[in-house]
Amino acid sequence: MTSAPIRTSNVRFAGLGGTGVIKASDIFADVAFREGHTVKKAEVHGMSQRGGSVQSDVRFGSEVHSPMIPDGACDFLVVLEPTQLEVFRGGLRSGGTLLVPADIDTARLPSAKALNVAMLGRLSRHFDFPESAWRASLRANFPEKLHSANDTAFTLGRNP
Amino acid sequence: MLQPSQDKSGRLLLSGNEAVALSALHCGVALGTGYPGTPSTEILESFRTLGGKAQWAPNEKVAAEVALGAAFAKARVLCTMKHVGLNVAADVLFTMTYSGVDGGYVLVVADDPGLASSQNEQDSRRYAEAAVAPMFEPADSQDAYDLLQVAFATSERWHIPVLFRMTTRVCHSKSPVKPRFAPGAKLTTAETGAPTADFVRNIVDRVMVPGHAKPAHRRLRAKMAELEWWNISAGPNQVEKRSPALGIVTAGICYHHAREAAPEASMLKLSLSYPLPMETIRAFAASVQRCVIIEENDPWLATACLAAGLTIEAKDDAIFRFGELNVDRVRRILDKDSSPEPVPPRGKPPELCNGCPHATSFEVLKELDCIVSGDIGCYTLAALPPLSAMDMMIDMGAAIGMGLGLRHVLPRDQAKRVVSVIGDSTFLHGGLPGLVEMAYNPPQTGHVLLILDNGTTAMTGQQEHPGTGRQLDGAGTHRVCYEDMARAAGVKNVFTINPVRERALLKGVLADSLHKDELTVIIARSPCILAAGRIAAWAKEQKAKAATTETACTCECGDEDKS
Repeated sequence: MTSAPIRTSNVRFAGLGGTGVIKASDIFADVAFREGHTVKKAEVHGMSQRGGSVQSDVRFGSEVHSPMIPDGACDFLVVLEPTQLEVFRGGLRSGGTLLVPADIDTARLPSAKALNVAMLGRLSRHFDFPESAWRASLRANFPEKLHSANDTAFTLGRNP
Repeated sequence: MLQPSQDKSGRLLLSGNEAVALSALHCGVALGTGYPGTPSTEILESFRTLGGKAQWAPNEKVAAEVALGAAFAKARVLCTMKHVGLNVAADVLFTMTYSGVDGGYVLVVADDPGLASSQNEQDSRRYAEAAVAPMFEPADSQDAYDLLQVAFATSERWHIPVLFRMTTRVCHSKSPVKPRFAPGAKLTTAETGAPTADFVRNIVDRVMVPGHAKPAHRRLRAKMAELEWWNISAGPNQVEKRSPALGIVTAGICYHHAREAAPEASMLKLSLSYPLPMETIRAFAASVQRCVIIEENDPWLATACLAAGLTIEAKDDAIFRFGELNVDRVRRILDKDSSPEPVPPRGKPPELCNGCPHATSFEVLKELDCIVSGDIGCYTLAALPPLSAMDMMIDMGAAIGMGLGLRHVLPRDQAKRVVSVIGDSTFLHGGLPGLVEMAYNPPQTGHVLLILDNGTTAMTGQQEHPGTGRQLDGAGTHRVCYEDMARAAGVKNVFTINPVRERALLKGVLADSLHKDELTVIIARSPCILAAGRIAAWAKEQKAKAATTETACTCECGDEDKS
């Protein structure tokens, strides 16, 4: 676990349109925000991105200026689609943390669509936010019928 | 998001679009109208979700006119569109600044520097100057929330429609907003400050015949001079004094990029950027050793400052006029670094969904070696490999006019291959006059118009339109029938075909139509696969209702499609 950030933390979610990139970044931003940070989040979304490469940037700290992470300044890069790794790898700062689907035992996912939630579980290990905050945000961001599957997926990423 | 994020101090984490919607609610906006267009679409959807009255118009011109009527009736009204939509609404804009309004009229225009989802990167600031409309430019969600209130107050005080320019990054980025009222609070008109709608006859100000418009133009210029003075003395712009070595004049999202790129710099952040508070800028520029203008797109601000005789530095437009700015690019501008920029690795372009009915239609067009005059929507992706089956796309509705032009001048063997292809929402938006032109000036070889009806405005995220039979909030309404429209315009050959289930029929009818020297309209009807479930559930519900009220549509645009 890292200690609470004193500067702007930069987390980028990346993958293909329609695979849960935006949703994962929404939840992460929600957790950081509810925990008292100033949060900014930037992405280009819409149907026009469907099936294509997408990224969503979340920046948080006591003060955040641009919502977009500068070149090569990602502290964390969460890639939800293996084919997109090379497209986005350059965004990671030296010493930054890369999270990829291979980090998850995907065979144990309740559904393939829940990969983004499992990746959030994996990401959660690197922050001091309480586990209950992550789970509350997951519930706030998904319809009730998905809560149980999401809890399983999150646990798979957080405590494999 | 099912519930907006809220922190312990009551701040909400909102996109710029959501912040505009919330502010509109808190300003007591009586009506929101517009046409979907990335990145502006979510404003009206959010406004509706919050409990506001919001509706989609067939196009931006109609939306701006509906809004104008509401503003003539003294109401507060919000009209939203993307930058190219303002081209469609420009006719209204240029004269409603003359007439002025009684209520509060804010027209949100969302620019797309970098063309994330657009056909050009036009700069709407030029519209403010050309049409003489005050223009606000928020930098983030809090700014959008706060400035919308100032925009309404400005509109009402000077009796003028105002433009509210956002950009993709402001619309879609989320940042904290401290609202004036608690979420869900029921507000009184005293709290919102919204006026009560009322009609007061004022023929001289509202009927823009030359005799009325000549004094109206003078009145408009006088208003602008007054507003410029107000902007200098009491406007919402912000001077931040830091180091006197470097000063930056900027607006919108560029403010945040610049704060990060040069934390020590003094800043002048413009929020009401037309009419420009030139004396404020002059004083700021004089207070620093070096003054740099940071702006996206056109050198609009820099040109105005240079014309006013200010000593400022502009960006290198050979490089930075193109695309969005960001922290790295602002650093380069400040460093006067015009060396080639690093090229990011190329990502995967978007593509038609697996099972998209449009794909089948374009396969058929390709098999028949058609020359395809195309239009704007998801189906424009058919221009890219592997289909490469669209030959031109310029603006909403152009498929028909361009196709007719090709038919008029091409040698017969080529003319016979031309097909105009347009989506359902786009047809209703800009294609109707083209249909009339087709019947009025038919080419010697005839023409074929293919309307791809997937039952939704798919490109912008499945919005309703007059051809779906549903309003913005999903309530049922009259469904416009394309088949009837085509016949009423004078087209005799009208076919309705499901491109997925009747692929061979589509190919046969298309081939036959291309062979004849007649006018043909083919409606290729099959729902967007992303919207099909929702549409089917709605249709089922309507059928159950119709069984008791007997109001079902009897024409062929009705329920023959059960997929």
